Amino acid sequence: MIVKPKSLLGAVAAVLYTPNSFANNEVRINLTPGISDMSQKVYDLHMLVFYICVVVAVGVFSVMLVSIIRHRKSRGRKPATFHENVKVEIVWTIIPFLILIAMAVPATITLLELDNTDDSELSIVVTGSQWRWHYNYLDYDVQFQSILATPNEQIYGRLPKGENYLHEVDRPLVLPTNTKVRFLITSEDVIHSWFVPEFAIKRDANPGYINESWTNIKEPGIYRGSCAELCGQGHAFMPIVVIAKEPADFDIWIRSEEQRLAAEAEQEEKLLAMEMSKDDLMELGRNIFLSQCSACHQPNGQGIPGVFPRLAGEGISVTDKQAHINIVVNGSSGTAMQSFKNSLSMSELAAVITYERNAWGNDTGDLVQAADIFNFIQGEE
Amino acid sequence: MSTAVAESKDAHDVHQHNKPTGIKRWLFTTNHKDIGTLYLWFSFLMFLIGGSFAMVIRLELFQPGMQIIEPHFFNQMTTMHGVVMVFGAVMPAFVGLANWMIPLMIGAPDMALPRMNNWSFWILPVAFIIMLSSMFMPGGGPAFGWTFYAPLSTTYSADSTALFVFSMHIMGMSSIMGAINVIVTIVNMRAPGMNYMKMPMFVWTWLITAFLLIAVMPVLAGVVTMVLTDKFFGTSFFSAAGGGDPVLFQHLFWFFGHPEVYIMILPSFGIISAIIPTFARKPLFGYSSMVYATASIAGLSFLVWAHHMFTTGMPTFALLFFMYMTMLIAVPTGVKVFNWITTMWRGSMTFEVPMLFAIAFVVLFTIGGLSGIMLGVTPVDYQYHDTYFVIAHFHYVLVTGAVFSIMAAAYYWVPKWSGVMFDEGLGKLHFWCSLISVNILFFPMHFVGLAGMPRRYPDYALQFADLNAIISVGGFLFGLSQLIFLVVMVKCAMKKGEPAPAKPWEGAEGLEWTVPSPAPYHTFDTPPEVK
Repeated sequence: MIVKPKSLLGAVAAVLYTPNSFANNEVRINLTPGISDMSQKVYDLHMLVFYICVVVAVGVFSVMLVSIIRHRKSRGRKPATFHENVKVEIVWTIIPFLILIAMAVPATITLLELDNTDDSELSIVVTGSQWRWHYNYLDYDVQFQSILATPNEQIYGRLPKGENYLHEVDRPLVLPTNTKVRFLITSEDVIHSWFVPEFAIKRDANPGYINESWTNIKEPGIYRGSCAELCGQGHAFMPIVVIAKEPADFDIWIRSEEQRLAAEAEQEEKLLAMEMSKDDLMELGRNIFLSQCSACHQPNGQGIPGVFPRLAGEGISVTDKQAHINIVVNGSSGTAMQSFKNSLSMSELAAVITYERNAWGNDTGDLVQAADIFNFIQGEE
Repeated sequence: MSTAVAESKDAHDVHQHNKPTGIKRWLFTTNHKDIGTLYLWFSFLMFLIGGSFAMVIRLELFQPGMQIIEPHFFNQMTTMHGVVMVFGAVMPAFVGLANWMIPLMIGAPDMALPRMNNWSFWILPVAFIIMLSSMFMPGGGPAFGWTFYAPLSTTYSADSTALFVFSMHIMGMSSIMGAINVIVTIVNMRAPGMNYMKMPMFVWTWLITAFLLIAVMPVLAGVVTMVLTDKFFGTSFFSAAGGGDPVLFQHLFWFFGHPEVYIMILPSFGIISAIIPTFARKPLFGYSSMVYATASIAGLSFLVWAHHMFTTGMPTFALLFFMYMTMLIAVPTGVKVFNWITTMWRGSMTFEVPMLFAIAFVVLFTIGGLSGIMLGVTPVDYQYHDTYFVIAHFHYVLVTGAVFSIMAAAYYWVPKWSGVMFDEGLGKLHFWCSLISVNILFFPMHFVGLAGMPRRYPDYALQFADLNAIISVGGFLFGLSQLIFLVVMVKCAMKKGEPAPAKPWEGAEGLEWTVPSPAPYHTFDTPPEVK
């Protein structure tokens, strides 16, 4: 099913008439009990507080309803004149107080347990940036970033939406089950918030500071979460996917991942000596640009006036090559432009800079090779 | 002094004849009734503008996918919806009611500082013209949420942030001047015999609200100024790179923001405490405990701000402290609800439109209060925080709470303002349409929130689709229902309706009902005697 809204009217019509292609999704209306002891405790506490609130509401509203039905003028009621009773006032101050204590005690116990990150067996640094998550396994040589995998065509209705629409990433976080995993959460730019309902974890990622949280997953499976703190226009588009594996499977995975990343680094070394053709650079650069840069600078390089600079036909993209390399490698402090030195490989950096200097009519003809990036970084050090 | 009194006796007629007409009357007016009317119409206009932003939001969220607008514009809509509703609709509506009713309720001839009164109204439209026009700047208007968390509002915001900051300053000045005026009026201008414990609850709640305003508006002014200097002048209050802390912003903002929440609900308590006794034909139960409860809520409001920040990574001790304090607020709030219900108990009730809104207020505000207790429980707030559960909670207390009470007040006092009775049939239609649609709108938000849908999302996963479609339909219906309210009020303003007697409600008490309807331009030139 393909919908191509041609005008506002068409768009409205598309909104109103696109049939529900997602009827197979179950509608959940309550918290999840989750998959760890802590998330189960949080769920139990939620239900306890909820039931207390329901009982209070039913009690209060039924008294009110009786009064509304019986004490009305149309039934010839004469109004009573009482308007004060200190004893009653004291009673209905004390009873709610006691009910609150009944909630506060289990809440305190659960909170103390939730905030205790001692004795963790695996530590992972979770770094938010606009608009992706970066995971670093502190105990292993493994780190990677995790980006939304839902294509733009699905978001803009040119392709039917998949089952895990906006809840899918290119590289999920992989965790072992039955292990106390500690998350060290931080950010590179604005505040994000790492939220996985099944773990009962939501913790803000504050730039320049580190927050802690932990989980101990009981069952293997795929768990999905989202960014929960407004972080700009890509806020809804930086999901979290966690795959939990048995510890033995996790070990296999993490070893193979270490090898793969080491091999990639080796390959990178070789690429330094190699020249890539313009077509290869442009092809790779286009992919990198669309996944990493286009959220701000827009797929057509036009940027957003006043917020994100335009790359097409102006600025350092068509003039100073060294300045261009510098801003992509190091970012620009005090602005939203982050450093890509750690998140992209040298050949990827070279490709995306080449792409920006030659796409959208920029046609500078400049080729940037991985070796140029290498030399630039060496020159800095 | 004696000449002044002698003059004011016939000033009545003189003023009536020399009153400027047309635009000049409104621009230069120092009359509390005119200024009250200006505030009320202004807030209605802002309510419609802020509401239209909400319609754009709900249209985009009707289905998953981006259909109508881009995410950047969506963020501007959520931001402007919040700012316009909080600072443009709810707060000015209460100030309008205060202007109209406080002098009438305490037997004063006008507000104590009439020229400042004029000024505090007329800078408001200026502030909102600046704020709304910033959306047409390159880069668009504010897109960082009405809470404008740094560094999204500093390093990462558009240049229009400067206009946002400047208009917030102006709004703050307007609020502070309005609050000073209320306090000076209540303290100095009560009629002989009206001691503090004889003041109507609406006057009491506004007196306390005014002190809250004076306490926290300067904090808001400080924090927006820090945002301005961080963005444009290289300071680092909220940037770790320069020795600052982004969480500091949240502490400062919510130190203003939480009392602000009570600023928007305490006058509602006053309104409801006026309306329920009238239509139950029975005095308010526990007047003095109502006064003390209001004062304790105001006091506690300074000790709970960080419950908006449970996920920012505070020390466990702080989490516990703010959880206990938040729960404690339920006690005085509960006292108020119990007192209202006991006032109704064994009364002789009739159900005119103001009473219908007041009863709906008590029920729906209580629902919002109970979800507030759930949110105050820190461990489960880790799940609720920044999801639609929060949106549901604060719309129950702000829309079915504050806004419903403002509508109740408008129906209750419009005969006094306009001299005509409103159209009862249309009023009831407005009530029932609003009541049903507002629950279709906000109740399912609890469910999507619990299911894990974060707030401020322009697009969402498929499992939230069905409920979002229902919510949007509720939103459109609620929006349309308010046009009925507009018709009712315009008819009253055009004096179309039965002439209203001085006291249109059988059970009403208070000085405002001793003057004719419509209230003459100048009332209480000689103070009434209160026994």
